[in-house]
Amino acid sequence: MSDDKILHSRRNALKCMAYGGAGTLFVLAGGVFAPVDLAMAADDKRGTARLGKPLFVQISDTHIGFNKDANPDVNGTLTQTIDIVNGMAEQPALIIHTGDITHLSKPAEFDLAGQMLARLRTTELHTVPGEHDTTDATVTEYFSRFGKASNNKGYYSFDHAGVHFVALINVLQFKAGGLGTLGQEQLDWVAADLKGRSSSTPIVVFAHMPLWTIYEPWGWGTGDSDQLMSQLRRFGSVTVLNGHIHQIVQKVEGNITFHTARSTAYPQPLAGEGPGPAPLKVASEQLPKMLGVTSVTVVKHPSSLALNDTTLA
Amino acid sequence: MSNRNYRARRMLVALAMLATIVTLDPAGAAAADQAKVPIKDFMYQSTSLTVKSGTTVTWTNNDDEPHTVISDTGAFRSSALDTNETFSYKFDKPGVYPYHCSIHPRMVATIVVE
Repeated sequence: MSDDKILHSRRNALKCMAYGGAGTLFVLAGGVFAPVDLAMAADDKRGTARLGKPLFVQISDTHIGFNKDANPDVNGTLTQTIDIVNGMAEQPALIIHTGDITHLSKPAEFDLAGQMLARLRTTELHTVPGEHDTTDATVTEYFSRFGKASNNKGYYSFDHAGVHFVALINVLQFKAGGLGTLGQEQLDWVAADLKGRSSSTPIVVFAHMPLWTIYEPWGWGTGDSDQLMSQLRRFGSVTVLNGHIHQIVQKVEGNITFHTARSTAYPQPLAGEGPGPAPLKVASEQLPKMLGVTSVTVVKHPSSLALNDTTLA
Repeated sequence: MSNRNYRARRMLVALAMLATIVTLDPAGAAAADQAKVPIKDFMYQSTSLTVKSGTTVTWTNNDDEPHTVISDTGAFRSSALDTNETFSYKFDKPGVYPYHCSIHPRMVATIVVE
């Protein structure tokens, strides 16, 4: 290996580490999004307690069935993740899985993932599929197990603790060369679903692929998400959660907070680093710092949500 | 020598002769036509491949990430191909067949059948 290559890979490793580390606590209050170091938050027990009851935990990109070098034991890291969630002092009311439950949409992978997720102490599980879950032509494997909530459409909504949750599917109408797509039928449904809701209702929207464009050459975005955003802008607190890119990327736009979750299976490179979003091999001691879950807590009043990312390290 | 062994040997001789014929045929058209499209680094390695009608095209995924081979018009569709897995489709009708990967829709290529 040339010196240039060593320098290049070290620079990449350092960049990736910046996304790992001890984790960061994100507090969203009145539209102001303030990052707080997780280690500091852990020391400040009273401060953490003030954050209130955990509303839900987001698990993403479990990729059951993956067995390559980037993580030969995805079952083990999902087990660790579930142990972390089950060990939370206060159990979250819900679990949200933002897709890529399986790696290859195989029945055995879905069955194993289902058995593992059933070990969560919190039993209310809401899911959306990733493109890895829908590679069978009819999407039968996903919908036969998780289709009930949406009548096999993939999109649905529900309410909990005054928060309105909207689950969307953006991995079905892929066009060659394109980004993820929601489609007009789903967008019309969202408009009808949100119509008549008070603008003070906190909204949580979740889908697998990012609902804003992070990196178009790798398809990290949703082509028709602008139509969705125009419907969400009138609300005072909107949290948009996605998976797909196996790393945390976030932004705030008006009252809308966008956040992508880590995977529990394997990290992916930063946008544009390498030929594509392939599983990223890192030193084994680095891996747990790059995998994890996101927990979302209601802060004092339902209009404020706090996002807290925890790694397996 | 058992009857079975004899038949197996005769089959081998026949196969060897057939292979010789195929090898010697300058146009390579005697046996069923085959073409290969490796998939590597999030690309179909032939973005436009022209084959004769009747050719079977085989895709092999050489990435650590799964890929699919999905006809834009619904003519053919693979399941998710894990590392080193293959998908084959025989093109019987002349035409232009664009296809893409449903997991990474930026991956696009075309088979032209003459």
